[in-house]
Amino acid sequence: MNKVPNNKAWWLVLPVFLLVAFSAVVPMMTVVNYSVQDIFDQSSRYFVGADWYRQVLLDPRLHDSLLRQFIYSACVLLIEIPLGIAIALTMPTKGRWSSLCLIVMAIPLLIPWNVVGTIWQIFGRADIGLLGASLNQLGINYNYAANTMDAWVTVLVMDVWHWTSLVALLCYSGLRAIPDVYYQAARIDRASAWAVFRHIQLPKMKSVLLIAVMLRFMDSFMIYTEPFVLTGGGPGNATTFLSQTLTQMAVGQFDLGPAAAFSLVYFLIILLVSWLFYTAMTHADKQ
Amino acid sequence: MDWMAWTLPTAIFFASIGLLLLGMTLYELRRPCVERRGFLPIATTRGDRLFIGLLVSAYLHLLVIGLSDWNLWVASLLSLAWLLVVMRWG
Repeated sequence: MNKVPNNKAWWLVLPVFLLVAFSAVVPMMTVVNYSVQDIFDQSSRYFVGADWYRQVLLDPRLHDSLLRQFIYSACVLLIEIPLGIAIALTMPTKGRWSSLCLIVMAIPLLIPWNVVGTIWQIFGRADIGLLGASLNQLGINYNYAANTMDAWVTVLVMDVWHWTSLVALLCYSGLRAIPDVYYQAARIDRASAWAVFRHIQLPKMKSVLLIAVMLRFMDSFMIYTEPFVLTGGGPGNATTFLSQTLTQMAVGQFDLGPAAAFSLVYFLIILLVSWLFYTAMTHADKQ
Repeated sequence: MDWMAWTLPTAIFFASIGLLLLGMTLYELRRPCVERRGFLPIATTRGDRLFIGLLVSAYLHLLVIGLSDWNLWVASLLSLAWLLVVMRWG
């Protein structure tokens, strides 16, 4: 017989629900309202239907920025996930060294976004920065403010420096949760290190890896502060990602209608990807 | 409420979503649903199917706006049909 669920526990969720309603639902309803109107000021606004949606969906500037954003998030995931796994596999498992490693790994995560941007802005400068000046001394022409490729590499390396630790720590916790019997069985079978990784460690890390991929995707997909501080979106528009384009539109040009329409498209992309990850995660748990 | 810049169509839209959620809650309380497998590749509950239905409807509207000159009502009617199909056989 199926157990009847006790729905009274939902009352405990009510405070959070109210909080989220005020911090997310009401602002989002406002954004939806803005996205169908041409707003000049509070007293003069006109209903324009789906015009702003049509405008933003056909805007080449937003297409470029969306493409850059997908490429950026893909690069972030392709670098940080394997690197994080590799670091987690090489980290010591016991003793003082493991504690020290954990603390060192956690330090970049504690630094605020704008500080990370400033650190790398100075670090990469061709005249006084340790990285920039050293590369130029070695004869490599490096200037993130003028060269598109240099700007991309710097923004990517900065993100890798800031967030690989998160992936590594998640994988480390996943690895520590594997019971020793699996390794004993592998030793009896004389499994190679690769076989242990492929058939024991990787499947056991599946759920934490899904969380890591989801967190890194969402975070990199909405990245704003770090590239804004480091390159200001330049050179040209080379590192102008979605949220910066959106901010320019909403706050810089005060085009509230198109900005609202675009933020809803942005939201739908995030919603779809998060739902796919959530479904994959819950199905992995069921299996 | 003036700062929220309400319009009649958006008010109707949110009221319908609200009523839909309320209706689903009451329906769930009266007749709790069982997870099942339809034509969708995963087992879903009634709420899952509603979410999938609404998300696909939103993308359908964007497709119609972005890629065609069709009237938006076409997208809305297609979405309604899709929603009914996914709720019944999804």
